[in-house]
Amino acid sequence: MDAATIWLCIFAIGAGTFALRFSFIELAGRMALPESMTRALRFLPPAVLSAIIVPAVLRHGPASDLYFGIDNPRVAAAAAAALVAWLTKSVVATLAAGMATLWLIGWMIN
Amino acid sequence: MTETSARQDWIDGISVMLPLIPGVLPFGMIAGVAASEAGLDAWAGIGQSMIVFAGASQIAALQLIADAAPALVVILTGLVINLRFAMYGASLAPHFERRSVWMRALIAHLMTDQSYALSVTRFNMRPEMSKAARLRFYMGNAGLMWVVWAAATAAGYFLGNSIPPDWSMDFFVPLSFIALLVPSIRETPMAAAALTGGVVVALAWTLPFNMGLFAAAVCGVAAGYLADRHFSQHRKEPN
Repeated sequence: MDAATIWLCIFAIGAGTFALRFSFIELAGRMALPESMTRALRFLPPAVLSAIIVPAVLRHGPASDLYFGIDNPRVAAAAAAALVAWLTKSVVATLAAGMATLWLIGWMIN
Repeated sequence: MTETSARQDWIDGISVMLPLIPGVLPFGMIAGVAASEAGLDAWAGIGQSMIVFAGASQIAALQLIADAAPALVVILTGLVINLRFAMYGASLAPHFERRSVWMRALIAHLMTDQSYALSVTRFNMRPEMSKAARLRFYMGNAGLMWVVWAAATAAGYFLGNSIPPDWSMDFFVPLSFIALLVPSIRETPMAAAALTGGVVVALAWTLPFNMGLFAAAVCGVAAGYLADRHFSQHRKEPN
């Protein structure tokens, strides 16, 4: 692909992505969103966070398929992190618990 | 509003993003490596991270460019992956009402999974936050994310992927989202939304264009909404 076409792709994806990001912010600036919609959107953060977490935990590498085996060290590490998050509500403690568990299991396996 | 507390909002916004940076770096570097492998010059390679500013979409588009796909396919693929941002916008909009169109455009452009999740969970935990404080908190974390993303892409473009895969740095991403998710589940409908989102994404994983994530978000929201209606009806009806 030549340089001009590459720039065309970048600007087209950039403009379209901006339109997606801006659409409802702009709409809500002009009129009130329906109450049922604002009520439903309260559940977007847990739904989307969970949907980002699950594949990232069930994958071995960045591009591989999901792996449901119980011997996936990432599942144990994620469970440890979730427990610490629940007990401490601390981001740093959660990251430390999850990474420590993952590295420890990796070190024990090798 | 004193100047100190305004500065504190910025500092809070920046500091909540700091623990997420180890997870962002390897993805930014992958985007930089993919840009160099797809034959982009340095300006385009780093410019795409500043203009598009959406990791999954950039990496998918760059792979298609490397495979010599037609420009229209590249553009449509890059866009479909970002459909979720429309939902994030609807969810963030009530926090940023009555801003100028330029400020709303800036808020929109800086929107990412990370900034959306960090900001909306904070706003829900602290409903007493003023509208001005919310804007400063958002700009702090989203602005830092933009700078880190561009820098990580540049590092990947020029240096290659220099983080050893053994370190599992990519695992910082799900961990930071676990840290945001778990404390935010304070009622059954929230748990229903999270559970549904997780199950649907696993079932729909083979769908192309990141549609599994989009489907999971829609189903999770629907499950939370229905559970909420169910429970509030039960509370209202005297037995």
